[in-house]
Amino acid sequence: MKTLIRNGAPSDETFVSIGAEDELPAGMDVIVTLDRWRADRDRLTQREGLVGVRLQSDEPPELIAEDLEHLAVVALEFPAFRDGRAYSYARLLREQYGYAGEIRAVGDVLLEQLHFMVRVGFDAFELSSSDPKRDFEIAQADFSVWYQPGVDERDTAIELRHR
Amino acid sequence: MIVANRLTDGRVVFLAEDDRWVESIQNGLVIESDALQVELLEHAERAVETGIVVDPYLIDVVIEDGRRRPLQLRESIRAFGPTVSDPTVR
Amino acid sequence: MYRYDEFDHRLVSERNAQFRRQVERRLNGELNEDQFKPLRLMNGLYLQLHAYMLRVNVPYGTLSSEQLRKLAHIARTYDRDFGQFTTRQNIQFNWVKLEDTPDILEALAEAEMTAIQSSGNCVRNITADQYAGRARDELVDPRVYSELLRQYSLLHPEFSYLPRKFKIALTGSPHDRAAVALHDIGLRMHLNEAGEPGFEVLVGGGQGRTPVIGKTIREWLEPENLLSYVEAILRVYNMQGRRDNIHKARIKIIVNQLGIDRYRELVDDEWERIRDSRLKVSPEELDRVSAHFAPPPYTDLLPDASAELERLRAEEPAFDRWCATNVEEHKVPGYSIVNLSLKRLGRPPGDLDADSMDAVAELADRYSFGEVRVTHRQNLVLTDVEQRELFELWRALDVLGLASSNIGQLTDIISCPGLDYCSLANARSIPVAEDISRHFVDVDKLALVGDLTLNISGCMNACGHHHVGNIGILGVDKRGEEFFQLTLGGASDEGASLGDRLGRALAQAEVPAAIEAIVETYLSLRMDGERFLDTYRRVGIEPFKQAVYGEPASRAAA
Ligand code: SF4
Repeated sequence: MKTLIRNGAPSDETFVSIGAEDELPAGMDVIVTLDRWRADRDRLTQREGLVGVRLQSDEPPELIAEDLEHLAVVALEFPAFRDGRAYSYARLLREQYGYAGEIRAVGDVLLEQLHFMVRVGFDAFELSSSDPKRDFEIAQADFSVWYQPGVDERDTAIELRHR
Repeated sequence: MIVANRLTDGRVVFLAEDDRWVESIQNGLVIESDALQVELLEHAERAVETGIVVDPYLIDVVIEDGRRRPLQLRESIRAFGPTVSDPTVR
Repeated sequence: MYRYDEFDHRLVSERNAQFRRQVERRLNGELNEDQFKPLRLMNGLYLQLHAYMLRVNVPYGTLSSEQLRKLAHIARTYDRDFGQFTTRQNIQFNWVKLEDTPDILEALAEAEMTAIQSSGNCVRNITADQYAGRARDELVDPRVYSELLRQYSLLHPEFSYLPRKFKIALTGSPHDRAAVALHDIGLRMHLNEAGEPGFEVLVGGGQGRTPVIGKTIREWLEPENLLSYVEAILRVYNMQGRRDNIHKARIKIIVNQLGIDRYRELVDDEWERIRDSRLKVSPEELDRVSAHFAPPPYTDLLPDASAELERLRAEEPAFDRWCATNVEEHKVPGYSIVNLSLKRLGRPPGDLDADSMDAVAELADRYSFGEVRVTHRQNLVLTDVEQRELFELWRALDVLGLASSNIGQLTDIISCPGLDYCSLANARSIPVAEDISRHFVDVDKLALVGDLTLNISGCMNACGHHHVGNIGILGVDKRGEEFFQLTLGGASDEGASLGDRLGRALAQAEVPAAIEAIVETYLSLRMDGERFLDTYRRVGIEPFKQAVYGEPASRAAA
């Protein structure tokens, strides 16, 4: 069972994942694949309910750069936790494309990675865990200092040194 | 025989009688039947699940003068240690 | 040397606490091996043939005597009294226990050392010229920038799951002792006409099963832009690098696939966006880090010791040989750089026992301001020895068995651990190194042969840098038997080149005689002042083939 963590707390899933052939459920918020988005873009933007797109790890955000204003969620897939492309995708979404909606980590998401994910711009996570809130908090407490600027505005060790 | 690394310290161990894991190849169990092989490999997998050993697998050995020797060089190095002169080895 | 401040300490101790929790979860069964393996690998902990192996970072090869003593302590307490220095200027402990590693990491942290990212698909230990800050031919000291990169790459939130490992090396001398062209990123420091430092950036070099010499991606990079430019390279690689095939995942493959010009375009586009970001190196931070690398308190105007040195060299032939091979010119008059050879008969290349580590630390304190370096050729260096103390130091080293006068010579062999320790190996490397060392014991002969690098790897992964040895030896497995493939003509310096295959692989027993035949061929063909590599490049591989295989070369090619 996966639990959705949003902004640091367990949260109800309000989106329905829609496969390539599935009917669009009336009035509900949906997350669709990139192909479905491309095929059904007009219907998806005109209907009631929010839309998110789920990108596979070989689908960089530049493919939806023009569409971001319509998207409430961009879900980035980790097919295996070792596949780290989505860290850069999340960062580009925030920094290059100025995306302010939800960026969700889905797929093989390990607790050890949550700290890094937050720092590159993810704010929602699908976790398998018996106590996701506690695990999320532990992971956030892993580090209180870092050298690299993240998309959060928090100071780096280098900036703190020269305060 | 079945060889593995012990989880806690990584040492090379061999499956022996009574489901024990021993450090000397001479104390390990030589498996002679296919049926036993399947059964003991299953046992080894359980030892992986319970966190006793890591990465168990079968090796071929010959017995000469009552002493076991792995057929492959790699396994022989695992059983008997590095082949290089090392004055500090205890 | 760089010393940690409170932030550096805090980060390392938080990482160690995290790793301790991971080890606990493994030992109590919450994590299985599949889950734990990548976690332990990110902290340099391998499971090898006989035990766990822990690889400890020596950032850009720089050690204090205090750190070396800590390594001795770890060797003694948690290992079998020794460690092996590697071609990445690191040290490996071959016999550690999983349950001890959290304590080992804590002990290391006390001496400001870590094993973080010494393995895994992330930016590995930054390596640099072992003579950095000391070499007479140096233009810019690369250590400040190495340290900036060390911090930048440590626990990077975006680049901890790259397609594959990523290695960065720096040099600030025209003579490249850090093999920068064989790294994912190589940084060569130069001075411009105004006398300001900057980098030539190479990308896509590497060894392994597809060796490639790095290509220049940028001729000139201002130091303040170092981190943003590296970040742009890494980001493009993280997104474009291949993840479908582990053997094609290094940056060199994608650079070759896209072409260096296209890769440069992608990097430049990205860099344009981020060059003026918070990654810009601030003058305050540059000053802060630079202060850590201020020169030690040299004695000004040391009395000229050269006459005395000449006299001692004339009196003691062994000292004379040692001065010729192991002592290098220092940028400060009256001082020398001294190499300690870890290539001693009967000991694996790069090995050092705990007592010797302590003894070297002692000598470093006495003769070299407490500073030691590790070289990628698996030797140690004392950076700042007064020339008038060379003789005394040499005698002390001789007693310790650390005065072998073979730096740069045929018996200064690079060797990976090979099948004696490494679970990936095809063949043993250390015994081959030992055979060759035993075959070439005549010091006069070695001196006659002169500069010649011989590098041995136990498999295609090329940890022993065989592609870039003047003579390279690669262990291969042929139907369960060990064989050794020779290559000639490799080099890792500013004229980097990859070795050419000599012919069919040889049995271990044939190797020393083959090396002898190669050496004799060189001696008979060389012209005045030619090193082995020069002769090889002039005459080509044919005469060497004939010498080794004793038959027309076309038939010998396998
Ligand atoms: S070259 Fe091969 S055998 Fe040698 S250390 Fe590397 S992986 Fe092991």
